[in-house]
Amino acid sequence: MSRIQNTFKRLAGQQQKALIPFITAGDPQPDFTVPLMHEMVKAGASIIELGVPFSDPMADGPVIQAADERALEHHVSLQDVISMVAEFRQKDNQTPVVLMGYLNPIEIMGYAEFARSCAENGVDAVLIVDMPPEEAGDFTAMMREHAIDIIYLISPTTDEARIRKISAVATGYLYYVSLKGVTGSNALDVVSVAQKLQQIRAITDLPVGVGFGIKDGATAQAVSRVADAVVVGSALVKQVEKYQHDQTLMNEKLAATLQQMRDMMDA
Amino acid sequence: MSTVNTETVKDYFEFPDERGHFGRFGGLFVAETLMGPLQELREAYEKYGGDEDFLREYDEDLKHYVGRPSPVYFSERLSAEIGGAQIWLKREDLNHTGAHKVNNTIGQALLAKRMGKKRIIAETGAGQHGVATATVAARLGLECVVYMGAEDIVRQSANVYRMKLLGARVVSVTSGSKTLKDALNEAMRDWVTNIDDTFYIIGTVAGPHPYPAMVRDFQTIIGREAREQMIEATGRLPDALVACVGGGSNAIGLFHEFLNDRDIEIHGVEGGGDGIETGRHAAPLCAGTSGVLHGNRTYLMTDTDGQIIETHCISAGLDYPGVGPEHAWLKDTGRARYSSVTDQQALDAFHKLTRIEGIIPALESSHAVAYAMQLAAQKSPEEIILVNLSGRGDKDIHTVAELEGIEL
Repeated sequence: MSRIQNTFKRLAGQQQKALIPFITAGDPQPDFTVPLMHEMVKAGASIIELGVPFSDPMADGPVIQAADERALEHHVSLQDVISMVAEFRQKDNQTPVVLMGYLNPIEIMGYAEFARSCAENGVDAVLIVDMPPEEAGDFTAMMREHAIDIIYLISPTTDEARIRKISAVATGYLYYVSLKGVTGSNALDVVSVAQKLQQIRAITDLPVGVGFGIKDGATAQAVSRVADAVVVGSALVKQVEKYQHDQTLMNEKLAATLQQMRDMMDA
Repeated sequence: MSTVNTETVKDYFEFPDERGHFGRFGGLFVAETLMGPLQELREAYEKYGGDEDFLREYDEDLKHYVGRPSPVYFSERLSAEIGGAQIWLKREDLNHTGAHKVNNTIGQALLAKRMGKKRIIAETGAGQHGVATATVAARLGLECVVYMGAEDIVRQSANVYRMKLLGARVVSVTSGSKTLKDALNEAMRDWVTNIDDTFYIIGTVAGPHPYPAMVRDFQTIIGREAREQMIEATGRLPDALVACVGGGSNAIGLFHEFLNDRDIEIHGVEGGGDGIETGRHAAPLCAGTSGVLHGNRTYLMTDTDGQIIETHCISAGLDYPGVGPEHAWLKDTGRARYSSVTDQQALDAFHKLTRIEGIIPALESSHAVAYAMQLAAQKSPEEIILVNLSGRGDKDIHTVAELEGIEL
């Protein structure tokens, strides 16, 4: 059983939902990332999504764009991000790590090399924003060979036929984008999210995480009542930006935010 | 005389496939939220692309609003001075708004209207596509927002003012390299947020399917007219075609009609900037790598980490790190050949055409003229080269003056 399956199984046994923080790897500087990952696990993170910085993050709002730019000032590469996961694994062999990013860095590295490197360094899954299942042919096969999950997005504009198509190839969990827009947008509507999740659950048994628009304990709690997992990104990355010059404070603030979400989700 | 390796492609008109692939290029690489809207666009385009009323309205607009057909013109003095092949120009510079861009914006805006979209967005580099979009939006009474890199806003202030006069809101994009690619990113972000009422008019043959095919189809009027006009004027087809390639819409507009005429040489000319060897250029077909950006797989300017590299070119319209996937495919099949000319060579051609023919070409088109002059010198006076003069140079006179230390 994979780390991701184990995690959802363990949480189900504890009547808990998964909390999945997202940070951009190498933001604000490369050596901050692994310690921050450990802090987030202590504060209640169930799975970590690690953003791979890209020069042209088309689906991201200003907060995560700026995070990518900070990381790229240090030339943080896909290989560097995978090495961070390897370093994280030295102390944590349980918490799943998902790489989230755009296709071009993976194309340039080569699918086979990427799959092998993920497997060797403890990466559990990848979420490639700009690669729908229709274009994933060879890539899917190569990741499967190394037992790396491919997480897919489902959005409010995804119709039932596409939910079926996506569910047929997705493994690990599904990520429901709660609203039309880029990362960091506001206006989460829990009622419409619940309706869409009902539609998704009628089609697949995969756990469903919800992201976009989750910014505090209250929104995390509301979403955790209807979803299997709560994904939080921009709210954390904003704090990384704010406290980028003080690593200790940054770790404390992010941990506090996550801990509050964890507590309210478990309440 | 053709030395190209095209035996594997039977009919160039059969591409792309139904999912937008030109061989290994093209496709549909976008976030899930855009998959639905792109399918809606595909269906609308399939429906209206063959609809008689739609095509009649498009043709009428091209005739009475744009001023088509644009003429072909024999550059007799330029050809004589070079002493080689005859250089003919397809005069897209004479179109309303000054370039070929309007052929496409009219088509997409008519489509937007039929789809019931009230709001138009666009990205622009040099500002020509932005102006062409703002123009049709004004005419159709649609709200218009144009995304433009902060750097380009400074470089092309006259076009910014033109767009504002036309009623468009110009949004300065300050992320990334603050140029065309970042404007495209920002327009995509707007679209994904406002998909219910917004139509995104992409200005070139790039982006996710169906844009490369749709923009091409709206631009093929250039080649269709040119075929008839050249037969009428010279009694035969040209021996070679030349066009500049940034994203590649004017080039594909001329080339596509002739792809199955295998004896006709096809030459695309990229922005060589300071020279390919310096790394400071905008020539992904000449010196790039296959990758994925802005919704399609194509040749890109990318570093070994897969990050997109900043491009350098005197002409803002060629200053783009990718290229339309059909060009990437035409390169790989050998049907078209891609070269580059430097900023200096383009400037020299700009002056030459202006002084010898009384035609001020856009800096983009000057790249095509520069290459055509080199090509003509290697050919005999019986041979005919047709160059797409994609735009006029009025927008560039400040750039040229500044480079030459002249204050206007």
